[in-house]
Amino acid sequence: MSLSDAEQLNEAVKPPSKLFKNLTAKIAAIPMILTALVIFIGCTIWTIYHSFTKSRLLPSPDKWIGLDNYERLWSENRWIVSIENLAIYGICSLILSLVIGFCLAALLDRKIRFENTIRTIILYPFALSFVVTGLVWQWILNPELGLQNVVRNLGFENFTFDPINNADIVIFGILIAGIWQGSGFVMVLLLAGMRGIDEDIWKASRVEGIPTWKTYIFIVIPMMRPVFVTALVIISAGIIKVYDLVVAQTSGGPGIASEVPAKYVIDKMFQSQNLGLGFAASTMMLLSVLVVLIPWAYLEFGGKKNG
Amino acid sequence: MTNTNPSVEIKQLDLSFGKVEVLKNLNLEIARGEFLVLLGSSGCGKSTLLNCIAGLLDVTGGQIFINDKNVTWAEPSDRGIGMVFQSYALYPQMTVEGNMSFGLKNAGMAKDEIKRRVDKAAGILQLEPLLARKPSALSGGQRQRVAIGRALVRDVDVFLFDEPLSNLDAKLRTDLRVEIKRLHQQLQNTMIYVTHDQVEAMTLADRIAIMKDGIIQQLDDPNTIYAKPRNKYVADFIGSPAMNFFKGEIKDGSFSSPEVSMDLKGYETVDGNLPNTNAWLGIRPEHIQSGANTKGCSFVGDATIEIVDPMGSDTLVWASLAGQSIRVRTEGQSSLKVGETLKIGFNADKLSIFDTDTELRV
Repeated sequence: MSLSDAEQLNEAVKPPSKLFKNLTAKIAAIPMILTALVIFIGCTIWTIYHSFTKSRLLPSPDKWIGLDNYERLWSENRWIVSIENLAIYGICSLILSLVIGFCLAALLDRKIRFENTIRTIILYPFALSFVVTGLVWQWILNPELGLQNVVRNLGFENFTFDPINNADIVIFGILIAGIWQGSGFVMVLLLAGMRGIDEDIWKASRVEGIPTWKTYIFIVIPMMRPVFVTALVIISAGIIKVYDLVVAQTSGGPGIASEVPAKYVIDKMFQSQNLGLGFAASTMMLLSVLVVLIPWAYLEFGGKKNG
Repeated sequence: MTNTNPSVEIKQLDLSFGKVEVLKNLNLEIARGEFLVLLGSSGCGKSTLLNCIAGLLDVTGGQIFINDKNVTWAEPSDRGIGMVFQSYALYPQMTVEGNMSFGLKNAGMAKDEIKRRVDKAAGILQLEPLLARKPSALSGGQRQRVAIGRALVRDVDVFLFDEPLSNLDAKLRTDLRVEIKRLHQQLQNTMIYVTHDQVEAMTLADRIAIMKDGIIQQLDDPNTIYAKPRNKYVADFIGSPAMNFFKGEIKDGSFSSPEVSMDLKGYETVDGNLPNTNAWLGIRPEHIQSGANTKGCSFVGDATIEIVDPMGSDTLVWASLAGQSIRVRTEGQSSLKVGETLKIGFNADKLSIFDTDTELRV
């Protein structure tokens, strides 16, 4: 081939347009892109906009009332109680389900007998819906039928354990049910993470005489960071949207003692027929999630470029 | 090395997982300052034996002594051993310095003593510039040096290596192998080294223990293992390419098979007499002479060349001798061509002969 031939060849073959590269993959991604744009971003913006209007049963985009809905929201006792409840439930549930889940996973990781059976039993609550969990724990915690009655029948006449009926501690009754259901899942996630850790790490720490608990805390847990992040995201999402558990277990009672934000939003939107107020509440929920999420995302993904 | 007591002594060691017997009545004595290599194909029990010595596996029967102390049921950390693993097993979130000092800190050692030991180990292994780095920022060879350093700071008498070079590429493997050998010469510690790589075994070891099915087949220095393998398995396992075997019969001091017939005068037998029996005759590829060098050989024959592998320093020839494929190693720059006839020959003094029934050397 002469030089001119080569030049001709170069001219004839141009790189294909970047737009049509991986066309099939791009077409396949279109529905999800649309979903993300329309449902997630579009509807969020629509909701935020309508939270500034006086929408009652139907959205009324033209009745602009500014921050009135937000002022009303924050002056309402029920909303404040909901936020407090969510804070207590959220912090306790996050810490406890991680701690309990990790301890269970660590116990199962010690090569015990009947591991599969035990794992299944502990994971089983996760297969139940929150409604069933709520009902079951409503019965267990019912003073006349449940735990309190059983212990009293054993002879401890003054034993009192009635979180469902006591407005001060009702949220902990819900917390117990939530952890009972959720920690099995955390355990399975963390157990999978532990199994991914090289056997030789354990051998090395044994040869060096590092106690098991120290190996877990200083070596294994830091190595399991990605799994912990996954678990954290899943637990947090579950905490923010907790609704059905409360409805089934206490219906927000006694009084308004176990109200949560998600329940507040649903009640305002569909029972009180006050869309504007409901939207304002859900916007506040979104805001609180973003306040947590943005710094974390910045640390997690922004830092990697530098380091 | 003046001390005659063995550094590590293993007596009648048994290990079984359920019904599977991995180690069977295993006895082994390792002298102070010796470099012992456990060599075998995968599943032969060599890593299991090392884990037993380290105390990472509970033995089923028998006893283990390290420095005259019965450590059969002692914790790994109380045995006076340091261990290096194939996958390095470094703690990924700690720096190199942290990796080396974590165990000592945990043992409650004084800070300046820790620093002294870490600095010394870092000096020996040339890790000083890397002390502040994390393992993820190191190359494979550097990581394995850190792992060796972590064993070094423990200031122990016995080092255990569990296939430490298997995860490295060929070049690094050679470099680090030399470094380990230098380390052994410098420290004069007892080292037990598990590998499936016979080059590592031959180059590093004072003695090699070749294992198969949980039993030590032969325990000898590398030269003896190579020149006088005790049974056919060892002969076949050691050496690359493998030894050539011919199945035939010994009668009145000469061997005859369809391919080879020769007088065995000059062959050094194990007990001084050559029995009349069916036997395997083994000859290493480099002990087969070719061309003009065959003059005066006890056996001379013609083989047809099938494949020629030029390796640079030498040339491997795969040829067919009376229908059986044989491997011959010849000089580097040869002009052999496929299809040609190659004159080959060998003498009785380089042979290895094994009884076909017992597969033991005769």
